[in-house]
Amino acid sequence: METRTAKTLVLDVPGWDGHDAGQHVDIRLTAPDGYTAQRSYSIASAGMANQLELTIQQVSGGEVSPYLVETAEIGDEFELRGPVGGWFRWKPSDDGPVSLIGGGSGIVPLMAMIRARQQQESLAPFHLIYSARTPDHVFYANELFRATETEPHLQVTYAFTRAGLPADTRAPGRLTAQDVAAAEDKHGPPARTFICGPNGFVEAATELLLQAGRSASTIRTERFGPSGG
Amino acid sequence: MDFHEADRTLDGNALAGDLSAIFTPEMTAAQTTCAGCGDTSALAEGVAYADGPGTVLRCRVCHHVLLRLVRARDALWVELQGITAIQVVTPT
Repeated sequence: METRTAKTLVLDVPGWDGHDAGQHVDIRLTAPDGYTAQRSYSIASAGMANQLELTIQQVSGGEVSPYLVETAEIGDEFELRGPVGGWFRWKPSDDGPVSLIGGGSGIVPLMAMIRARQQQESLAPFHLIYSARTPDHVFYANELFRATETEPHLQVTYAFTRAGLPADTRAPGRLTAQDVAAAEDKHGPPARTFICGPNGFVEAATELLLQAGRSASTIRTERFGPSGG
Repeated sequence: MDFHEADRTLDGNALAGDLSAIFTPEMTAAQTTCAGCGDTSALAEGVAYADGPGTVLRCRVCHHVLLRLVRARDALWVELQGITAIQVVTPT
């Protein structure tokens, strides 16, 4: 369990040849009467053979996510296609520094990038700005904490929208120009910024970056949404 | 700000899987030219409406329909009238 409504599934996929961070898979469920529902999920893990992890946020009233989060059991099999996607993708050979801006479950592909960076022992400076409703809504909290303790070139800044921690100096609220400016610290402007979250979040974050003078060509975005869940 | 669940607009990244069933190169990174306004950008940057019976991808600039995709039980149908050019990077 990542939060009360989100879960990480570890899938054994014989013959899986690994993937690049940021790519996703399509999962298709077929009912006994032949009705099918297909959804796209970002891969949370770094690329490795024969296995991958998905973190799924349950969408209330959805067709696929409640099944994957609540009903699916160890040993169940799914129809899976992937890895797919080539635009929203980070490779260790790409230039740094890298800025990651995630809203809600938009953290998932960004976490894959952080994990791939560690797996490949890349020294590219990474700065993650993670916007979540409250600290209880943060995925991978322990892993992110440990990673920032041991890794000097990985920074994580939280931007809580509803309620933060008692010690926070930042008032809860939507992402601000100050929040995004934090990613442009000692390493200078990022060579690449990846933004992932719901449409409104991505639009707002992109606008803040453009206002801050970042070049649109350095920004890659992926909108995440519960289209039918 | 909290983003309401009704904010369901996606982007061209969401089409990666279905397009991979038709095209050999990875298509979300392909540069596509809009038949409406001539804007050329990555297919991933188009505005996708995916919660209807099919998926409609519109131009991020002029909102002209670029592509329509419908998945039936055992078939996939793609209409590309709104795209005048596609450019992919080919291995040299």
